[in-house]
Amino acid sequence: MASMRDIKRRKASIQSTGQITKAMKLVSTVKLQKSRNKAESSKPYFRLMYETIADMLKHSEQMEHKYLKAGASDRKAVIAITSNRGLAGGYNNNIVKLIVGDDNLPADKTDVYAIGRKGRDSLARKGYKIAQDDSEVINAPLYQDAADLSRELLEAFGQGEIGEIYLAYTSFKNTVVHNPTLIKLLPITLEEEEGSGEPRSAQALMNYEPNAEEVLDMIIPKYMSSLIYGALLEAVASENGARMTAMDSATNNAEEMLEKLELQYNRARQGAITQELTEIIAGANAIS
Amino acid sequence: MADVMRLRVITPEKSFYEGEATMVELTTSEGNIGVYPRHIPLTAVIAPGVLKIHEASETKEATLMSGFLTIEPEEITILAEVCEWPEEIDVKRAEEAKIRAERRLADHGAEIDVVRAEVALKRAMVRLEIVGK
Repeated sequence: MASMRDIKRRKASIQSTGQITKAMKLVSTVKLQKSRNKAESSKPYFRLMYETIADMLKHSEQMEHKYLKAGASDRKAVIAITSNRGLAGGYNNNIVKLIVGDDNLPADKTDVYAIGRKGRDSLARKGYKIAQDDSEVINAPLYQDAADLSRELLEAFGQGEIGEIYLAYTSFKNTVVHNPTLIKLLPITLEEEEGSGEPRSAQALMNYEPNAEEVLDMIIPKYMSSLIYGALLEAVASENGARMTAMDSATNNAEEMLEKLELQYNRARQGAITQELTEIIAGANAIS
Repeated sequence: MADVMRLRVITPEKSFYEGEATMVELTTSEGNIGVYPRHIPLTAVIAPGVLKIHEASETKEATLMSGFLTIEPEEITILAEVCEWPEEIDVKRAEEAKIRAERRLADHGAEIDVVRAEVALKRAMVRLEIVGK
């Protein structure tokens, strides 16, 4: 059995770890609240943006547009949104796994636009080329950051350096459910929507000013930036949610271990006392 | 009943304005337009300008920098990237931006991006215009 002193030392160490994880949990709870509000207040914008694009494309199926076709290049770009800090459970690893596990994104044909150091480092180790690194952005995402990134990507797309653009992020459903998600940004393909049954009758006659093509030219970059921005906000919320859950279970584990150690310590203490008594009694007997 | 339509102005950060308007004036890439209820459906691209919202009893103004709008007979939706009420505008910054943009345009150096400078100038002027009254 471990000595009393050893157990005591372990107890102290676990206790301080538990304190740290508890504090981190509290911090990330507060951060989660903030980032969740932010993500939620910006949701209407993305929904409307998506609806508008979907409507436009539905009514102009035969439209030839450079953003609707895959580029000539077989290189692919993926924006990988992870965090700069660890201790968030599987949060970062899930994104990395998602990218590595996708057959569409082989390491030698994929440029990674990394946002978040953790993902950047793991992907670089796996042999992906890091085309750009905007890790600072994730600390406080601004719409401007998303707009800049999407402009760069569209430029590269326009010059034929990349043929497809993907976005990998963790979507935020609620505090405990976050799903790593990979979506295709360009060329735009609309999924067969669920429940798109009610065609908005007015849309059938929609006019475009100056004309549909130019409007698409203008809107698609905005669509990209808004998707990226939305993904950033959701990722931040998910990161804090993941960290909160991870830290919560870490705190629980620490408490459990402490309880066990407490028992062990008491037993060791009792053992020591018993032994001492036995020794004293034996000594007294020997003298008399 | 007064003839009104629903107006929504949404920015990436928040829902900027939501309410009923009798008329809306704004600037698109093709020029200034005023929209009354029961307008034909239209999607247009926004150019920097002043957004004027005529409500039943009062008129509100805001700056509107970029984005696009969808007009439907009963509803207008403006998806704006940047949109501010006059009290949110930093006058000093706008003035500086104006001077900077003017200088850049006056310089006519080969490497400056004329279009960008013009847009910046336009933005600053819109901001000052709406504050200046």
